[in-house]
Amino acid sequence: MRKIWILVRKEWAEVFKNRFVLFTTAFLPLLFAVLPLVIMYATGNYASDINDLASTSDVPPEFMELCVGLDGSGCMQYFLVSQFMLLFMMVPMIIPVTFASYSIVGEKSTRTLEPLLATPIKTIELLTGKALAATIPAVLATWLSFLIFAIGAFILATSPGVVGKILDALWLTAIIVVGPLLAIFGVTIAVMISSRVNDPRVAEQVSALFVLPLVGLFVAQSLGLIYLNAQLILWMAVILIVLDTGMFAFATQLFQRETILTRWK
Amino acid sequence: MSDQEDAIVIQELTKSFDAVLAVDRLSVSVHAGEIFGLLGPNGAGKTTTIRMLSALIGPTSGRAWVAGYEVGKQNQEIRSTVGILTESPGMYDQLSAERNLSFFGEMYEVADLPAQVERYLRMLGLWERRFEPVGTFSKGMRQKLAIARALLHEPKVLFLDEPTSGLDPEAALLVRQFIAELREEGRTIVLCTHNLDEADRLCDRIAVFKSNLLALDTPNALRRKLFGRKVVFHLVTAKPDLAEFVKQHPFVQSVEVVDNKLIVGLDDPESQNPLLINGLVQAGAEIQFVGEVRQRLEDVYMQLVNA
Repeated sequence: MRKIWILVRKEWAEVFKNRFVLFTTAFLPLLFAVLPLVIMYATGNYASDINDLASTSDVPPEFMELCVGLDGSGCMQYFLVSQFMLLFMMVPMIIPVTFASYSIVGEKSTRTLEPLLATPIKTIELLTGKALAATIPAVLATWLSFLIFAIGAFILATSPGVVGKILDALWLTAIIVVGPLLAIFGVTIAVMISSRVNDPRVAEQVSALFVLPLVGLFVAQSLGLIYLNAQLILWMAVILIVLDTGMFAFATQLFQRETILTRWK
Repeated sequence: MSDQEDAIVIQELTKSFDAVLAVDRLSVSVHAGEIFGLLGPNGAGKTTTIRMLSALIGPTSGRAWVAGYEVGKQNQEIRSTVGILTESPGMYDQLSAERNLSFFGEMYEVADLPAQVERYLRMLGLWERRFEPVGTFSKGMRQKLAIARALLHEPKVLFLDEPTSGLDPEAALLVRQFIAELREEGRTIVLCTHNLDEADRLCDRIAVFKSNLLALDTPNALRRKLFGRKVVFHLVTAKPDLAEFVKQHPFVQSVEVVDNKLIVGLDDPESQNPLLINGLVQAGAEIQFVGEVRQRLEDVYMQLVNA
């Protein structure tokens, strides 16, 4: 555990020397905090009877069950900002993929991997350290942006019920549990790819391909094909725990010190 | 391990990469406290051998023990015990020299790390620049920092792969002096180098190999084995009859006349020189001075590798 933390601190000291990296880590979460607030502000005066909402607006009838306790305006606001729940879950996965995909192949290209592997660090410690170093800042930045969003929603919501919905178990499970699990999933794949390719650019591009299917999830939500309800979020959490565990074990098995040191040019 | 005095014992160590046999049944022992040179052409398997001995890669067959720990079975212990200077040592360029060393020191769980970092940075003349990013360092400074990194945890066995490669003469001299100092501290050093003069100056014993072992001994012993010993008599005038006179001695192996020098092959110059000097003087030779011809290690190496 100690070596993992030593590696994490080194990674941060190295990466965050670059101010541009700090900016890119903070920008996306902040954008997703501000955008839903702008939408809330813009829809603040929308007034409608809750019973007419499904027929007079784009709010799908299936969503109405999530609007229990809200008036028409509140339901409209909640419907619009709920589109961002998936984005808040995806951001911690999108941000660290670039860092994670550079993690092993980057050490190799700067010729620091061999001295690092010569130390008594175990493969699992190395991969965990690399993965956590990429995941933690992105998760913390996302949580901070969600906090900003929640404070903004408290000010802009047409009714306290909207804020209550945003801070309910569904959202909190999505942001606090599923988001980090998604981040670990993406980062593990990126670290795994990073240990299998010999060019940092290839690692970044291949890793990005694995993130693309989640964009499809966002599109499906926007088109009303899926709704993020409590049941779906819980299933996502369970499946991701299993996937993350399996994927990390697989990544550890796939990490071949000898191949990396002798076959990469 | 077969011998308590040996820091490294290698038995039939073999490494192949698919169809390429990089190291072929290598068997040598490295004595504790010696500087042991690994010489050979590019692709001879020197770096592969060092990587196997520092538990970075596994052998295909054979066994080896480093500081008492068996390669492949006690890799974590080996990694904790040995230090390695890789052929192209990389550093974290964004981080300072001090931060680079601290990171590796923490990985090796070095006790009193700040003092150790200071000790080696001062020893290698980098203390004043400890807070500067390594990316701003010259190649020589980076090499010295890499040596400090390899030594930080006070390894019993040190592997140095081309430690002076690409350094200017002054920096190379400093590094060589430092390596000699390390021997005084009783460390076992395996030195992998293409610089034969460096190997000659530093190494107690050398192994010349090209996948498998071609020769193993002290540099002087290898010279004698391959070229015998030769003594040069610098004369005021090398008359032809003097060469004939020398040839008459039964212990003389060869005689050459080059300019005003007589180069005589002897198997035991210490006892045979006085007889020859007396004889030459009585035969009318005017001897200016006498010395032993020191065959270059390069000649030894070329003879072995091209045999």
